[in-house]
Amino acid sequence: MRALLTPLAGAAGFVALWWLATWLRVADPVLLPSPAETWRDTARALQDGPLWHDLWKTVWRTVQAFVIASAIGVPLGLALGARERAYRAVEFVVDFFRSTPASALFPLFLILFGVGEGTKVAVAAFGAALVILFNAAYGVINARRTRVLAARVMGAGEARILWDVLLWEALPQILVGMRAGISLALVIVVVAEMFIGSTDGLGQRVIVAQSLFESGLMYGVIFLAGALGYLLNLLFLVAEKRLVHWGGK
Amino acid sequence: MRQGQGAAIAPRDAAITVRGLRKAFGGQPVYSGFDLDVRRGDILAIFGPNGCGKSTFINMAAGLLPADGGTILYHGREVRDVRIGYVFQNYREALFPWLRAADNIRYPLKRLGLPRLEIERRLERLKAGFRVRFDLQRYPYELSGGQQQLVSVMRALAVEPEVLFLDEPFSALDYETTLDLRTLLQDVLKRLGVTTLLVSHDLEESIALADRLLMLTRRPTTVADDVAVELPWPRTSATLSEEGFVTLKRRCLAVFEAAVAGRA
Repeated sequence: MRALLTPLAGAAGFVALWWLATWLRVADPVLLPSPAETWRDTARALQDGPLWHDLWKTVWRTVQAFVIASAIGVPLGLALGARERAYRAVEFVVDFFRSTPASALFPLFLILFGVGEGTKVAVAAFGAALVILFNAAYGVINARRTRVLAARVMGAGEARILWDVLLWEALPQILVGMRAGISLALVIVVVAEMFIGSTDGLGQRVIVAQSLFESGLMYGVIFLAGALGYLLNLLFLVAEKRLVHWGGK
Repeated sequence: MRQGQGAAIAPRDAAITVRGLRKAFGGQPVYSGFDLDVRRGDILAIFGPNGCGKSTFINMAAGLLPADGGTILYHGREVRDVRIGYVFQNYREALFPWLRAADNIRYPLKRLGLPRLEIERRLERLKAGFRVRFDLQRYPYELSGGQQQLVSVMRALAVEPEVLFLDEPFSALDYETTLDLRTLLQDVLKRLGVTTLLVSHDLEESIALADRLLMLTRRPTTVADDVAVELPWPRTSATLSEEGFVTLKRRCLAVFEAAVAGRA
């Protein structure tokens, strides 16, 4: 109970500070509306505005990007990790593009995929795939050697070892990569929704609300995007705990 | 260097034949022309100082490490054509924590492609043979160290190996657990007659478990002594204080101090 109460108290404190700031008129009310106003505007947009649709579009794009990224990153990472020399050969390239801000790649992806749905998903998938690949490869590289030897002694061939041992040994690291990957995909999708010919999505809604001086709604959408990111992260933390039951033991 | 009983084993009784084994690490020779014969059904303990290449030897014998030269044959066959079992020192890193204990034991049997009924039959037989009273449906990390190493031993013996390799199997366990597991293991090994190579840095353990004890020197490794351990089976904790055992241990200790530790 206490574990839940402390963060709730922190959140309540944050809202109280916010409320105090508006009450003291620290900023122009047009720029900083009160918590109550933000809540009212956001609830209205959810009820009869396009906000549910925007939220759904952002989730759907992020999930698509994540699924594509996992489908590429996990098998490729496992295969490269199993051949460490092959991984060392591509490590620099992976690291380089992993460190490149994905937003810098927007123009390139616009040329490749055109102005549309595909581009947003593709950029996000690209960024997330590199993170997942990197983690999967390291999971395999750091696999306990004794377990690999044990499987070999018991007559497992290389393919069997990859499937029966390395995949499991890498699973904790793969899930860490997936968690980082889906967070990154969300970031890229929201930015892409702002700048790559969009008509919907949370990113689009934030920037439209800002340009129309609908500050209450703007803050609301920001919090909605934050809640989405937080929930996705939480989902993967729970999945890690349940799937990797042997972790840390 | 005494040749001991090695040369006296008739070829058809030799389960393992090592000839001219060579291995070097970074130009430093560990083995340069090492010969050994192990009689079928014998438990051979290999005892020596750290770094003398005990583990290197059984890793080469088990096919986990390539030799630089020479041969290790099992009735004339290469190790990959022989059914072997291997118990690692570090059970925590050798068992698969994502599988239940029972599935760990089933794993090598599945690799052999045995039918399910036969797999279950062997599992039951091992459970009875080792008088297992804990729940094999648990995951390895839910078991004690001794129970985990027992599961490792059962996994290694499940395939009914022709040769069993034990790499310091008890060194991570406390003394009481070691005594229990040792008694259990010698019962099963002697009943099944499995040829066994045991690597140990514990002299008492080497003598208590072995039919024959090979004492190795520091690098480059040679045989300091080749001791037949003719104590009666079964050997219990009482054996450890009997005169035959104590005499043998004293003699081995003298050899160790003279040749192995290089203080001669």
